[in-house]
Amino acid sequence: MRWLFEPGFFSSAPVHTAIVIGAVSAIVSAIVGVVTVVRGQSFAGHALTDVATTGGSGASLWGISPLLGFIGAGVLGAGAMDLAGVQRARGRDLATGIVLGAATGLSALFLYLDTTRSASTGITQQILFGSIFTVDPSTIPVAVIFSVATVALIIWIYRPLLLSSLSPELASARGIRVRSLGLLFMLALAISVGLSSIAIGSVLSTALLIGPAATSLRLTKNLRNAFVLACVLGVVATWLGILFAYDSYYWDPSSQGLPVSFFIVAIIFLSYLASGISGVRRSVARRADTGNARVAPPSGVREVA
Amino acid sequence: MFSGFMVNAWLIATIVAFVAGVVGFFVVLRGSAFQAHAIPNGAFAGAAGASLIGVNPLIGLGVFSLGAALSIGRLSRRGRSDVVTALALIMMLALGAAFISQSTEYEPQIFSLLFGEILGVSTSQLLPVIVLGLVCVLAVSVLYRRLLLTSIAPEIAASRGLHPARIETIFLIIIACSTTMTVPVVGAFLIFALMIGPPAAARCFSNRPEVALALSVVIALVTVWASLASSYTTNWPVGFFVGAISAGWFALGKVYATWSRSRAEQRR
Repeated sequence: MRWLFEPGFFSSAPVHTAIVIGAVSAIVSAIVGVVTVVRGQSFAGHALTDVATTGGSGASLWGISPLLGFIGAGVLGAGAMDLAGVQRARGRDLATGIVLGAATGLSALFLYLDTTRSASTGITQQILFGSIFTVDPSTIPVAVIFSVATVALIIWIYRPLLLSSLSPELASARGIRVRSLGLLFMLALAISVGLSSIAIGSVLSTALLIGPAATSLRLTKNLRNAFVLACVLGVVATWLGILFAYDSYYWDPSSQGLPVSFFIVAIIFLSYLASGISGVRRSVARRADTGNARVAPPSGVREVA
Repeated sequence: MFSGFMVNAWLIATIVAFVAGVVGFFVVLRGSAFQAHAIPNGAFAGAAGASLIGVNPLIGLGVFSLGAALSIGRLSRRGRSDVVTALALIMMLALGAAFISQSTEYEPQIFSLLFGEILGVSTSQLLPVIVLGLVCVLAVSVLYRRLLLTSIAPEIAASRGLHPARIETIFLIIIACSTTMTVPVVGAFLIFALMIGPPAAARCFSNRPEVALALSVVIALVTVWASLASSYTTNWPVGFFVGAISAGWFALGKVYATWSRSRAEQRR
């Protein structure tokens, strides 16, 4: 095993923390991510990481807890997006974009004030890219509590949420309050994204939210399987990424090693591309079966992926 | 406020606002906000890579933003475009993180690439911005009708023999050009806010495409000029004012749209 696990991998405390917090973030992100991809809110999911980051830089400015800053800003951002009209599919990306633009403007101001007051320039990079290896072990309990709450919320509203995502008209005909459900989901999204962006950085947060979910939705049409598959993919990618990043310090003694986010994102990106290849093969096979080369893809969940 | 280094800042801000107003109008019309966010943001990784191997950052920016435009356009044919955009963006950012980890002296540059340093524009930086800006505006005016038709009625456009997917890729390249030129000058975030807020507000004020397009340019210009003046007096970053004023325009547009709709209903 020496060739795979470089010395000290299993006895390093930062690695333990990274493995735990990585797995928790991956699972929560995967579950929220499947719903996000089905609802077509990937942009909002990504934008909320930037909005949460704004809260993070604001928190360090006023000296309040960064966790509070990340999650608070995420929730405020979700509310603002709802106000700007994120619920309607038309103009959804616009509402997200406006909030994102305003938030990054604020971010610029906060970071400017941060750097002029404390001269700690490293903060930009730290907030943007975070590192799973520098997570404070004391954040684990808080992260787990918020994660369980988010997953519980998703399970609680699962059926009406799914119906209102796939067919808003049918859902409202059945008396489901589509708009409040959408807002509730945005809140769950904001909390999970805020949590994962403080734990693992905003880049990885989007990667774990969208990547495994989109890949699994391309591989299976059954939503229940998609949830399980997304969790497995997310956790495997995270752990492999941590392993590679740890090992990369030993590959070339002179270099500083590569960041863990790079490895995790690369694995996720490649698995998405690979799932596309298998999807092509399947649709070619289906076309050969029906003997009709110009048949349109069936609508429904497959379209969603 | 209008002397020395500020002359270049006013000049470049005006060009950037004009281009953002024109290209942004179609970004809003086509619902490409995510792409307009992802391409310049991801492209900054290219600048990090270029500075690592000792090449002009502009080349790195160009390569990465073109690569992003082409791969988003290509992959969108098989997957959902918002998913593809998200994945392309994070892949580029992750590469950027890898590049930065290998170099030691990048920190101040990250800030300036993301948030821009409009007040530090040198005269030699003016020319590429002007050229690329002209190319973008020219490309949009040549493709104007085709862009409009594929945005509003893709089915009709397809039946007339236009290829919506091909037009989409060309438009992504236009976004790439118009953002690449501006990233080193005004930052990836600022150009995005400018491309979304003013055009979105303009569309609330008028339904006619030509009027809305002109309004979009005017609002973008006013936004940038006001931001630059406020930044000069307060010393706060330009990006903050652009973000805030753009969002303000959008809110104003929404209020106007609601008011005029309710007035139209009262008349009935």
